[in-house]
Amino acid sequence: MNKEVREILNKNEFNILIARLARQICENHDDFKSSVLIGIQPRGTALAKLLKQELECLLKQEITAGVIDTTFYRDDFRRNDKPLLPSVTNLDFSIEDKKVVLVDDVLFTGRTIRAAMDALLAYGRPSSIELLVLIDRRFSRNLPIQANYIGKHIDTLSSERVDFIWDEQEAFDKVILRKNE
Amino acid sequence: MNKLSVNHLLGIEHLTEEDIQLIFTVADNFKQIINRPIKKVPSLRDITIANLFFENSTRTKLSFELAEKRLSADVVNFSASNSSVKKGETLIDTVNNILAMKVDMVVMRHPTPGAHEFLSRHIDANIINAGDGTHEHPTQALLDAYTIREKHGDLAGKKVVIVGDILHSRVALSNIYCLQKLGAIVKVCGPLTLIPKHIKELGVEVEVDIKKALEWCDVANLLRIQLERQDTKFFPSIREYSLKYGITIELLNEINKEITILHPGPINRGVEISSEVADAKDSVILNQVENGVAIRMAVIYLLASSIK
Repeated sequence: MNKEVREILNKNEFNILIARLARQICENHDDFKSSVLIGIQPRGTALAKLLKQELECLLKQEITAGVIDTTFYRDDFRRNDKPLLPSVTNLDFSIEDKKVVLVDDVLFTGRTIRAAMDALLAYGRPSSIELLVLIDRRFSRNLPIQANYIGKHIDTLSSERVDFIWDEQEAFDKVILRKNE
Repeated sequence: MNKLSVNHLLGIEHLTEEDIQLIFTVADNFKQIINRPIKKVPSLRDITIANLFFENSTRTKLSFELAEKRLSADVVNFSASNSSVKKGETLIDTVNNILAMKVDMVVMRHPTPGAHEFLSRHIDANIINAGDGTHEHPTQALLDAYTIREKHGDLAGKKVVIVGDILHSRVALSNIYCLQKLGAIVKVCGPLTLIPKHIKELGVEVEVDIKKALEWCDVANLLRIQLERQDTKFFPSIREYSLKYGITIELLNEINKEITILHPGPINRGVEISSEVADAKDSVILNQVENGVAIRMAVIYLLASSIK
């Protein structure tokens, strides 16, 4: 069993972060008419959904959002015992000339984000890509990738794991740091 | 369950139901990919695949080659008609020579039943059976079942009849295994001379009357008469076969029931299927071809995951 080291975020802090991040996005994207939110499978999708709701409340308009799967673009194919199994990609809109905000839960090595950008470019040429993450694990990047919008910076060891806990109703519960055994 | 139970795809016989469902799930993703503007993913960019065709093929060979290219694998093609096989080289020697050039996976069609099984005992690479004589053609059965699943949902309890030259057909045997593993009920229909003697041991019923068979089924899979494999006469004439077993629009109208018609190709128009039926708006024959690429991508992807 992986041991819990400490709690990083509770419900209250999480709600404040989501509200702040939504407002930060608004500042950079004016009316959001030519911008889209894209959640990275599997764990960025729930966050993208929450941000979409928050932005729709703020801007009083529908926000275009989708999800993208990075499996076939990952660089660790054949480096695991088991095959990497894909999740659903759901982009029922064109990303051509759109300002894309990629959404993920944790930024760690940066490899998932690299794969997500490659996956995204197979669908067209967006005018720009930004990255939003809720948790940024500092000083652990393998690739030169940084986020534009960050919920919270934390310092971790590479032997530790950041886990999002969602309750049965798929509502956010907490974020904890575990020790990998 | 997120790994195939086999290292080679020799036949459906060796797969479990979970394997088949896993292939379908992954194929769903690939089907989405081959329908977008950029149809390629980089997953297999460091894998080389050899397509060895010791027997003629158009559709299967093209389908495999497209599947491989859309996964970014490197592909080498080989067909027996213009090779050293003609000079007397054995199968193991031919394949070992190809593997010596650092090939990771072999897709092979061979006229001898069991050729793949034999080869899998003697070489290291992963092997995919693209048809071995009259034995099995697993990717065809997978894509047929996948096409039925797309049209009807779950296969459990669905009634499928396979019509035509069951005796010479590898598609028939693979289909029977695959459909039964997924819980479908299978009948075969055709002239008794073209139905293997012991087919009932597979749990398959035999029906000689095409009308009764169609009235019973949800799905009919029509097979071509394989004249190239027949050295004696199994029925009086093609015309008589066509009159007794050919599917026409008149016959379907008489039955007044919605039946999905599958055909693995190549089609002999006017023999086992009339042009009106083959070209009907709701025909899924071309969907089968499209699904073939997605299924083969899924099989190659899952098998390639185990290459170290």
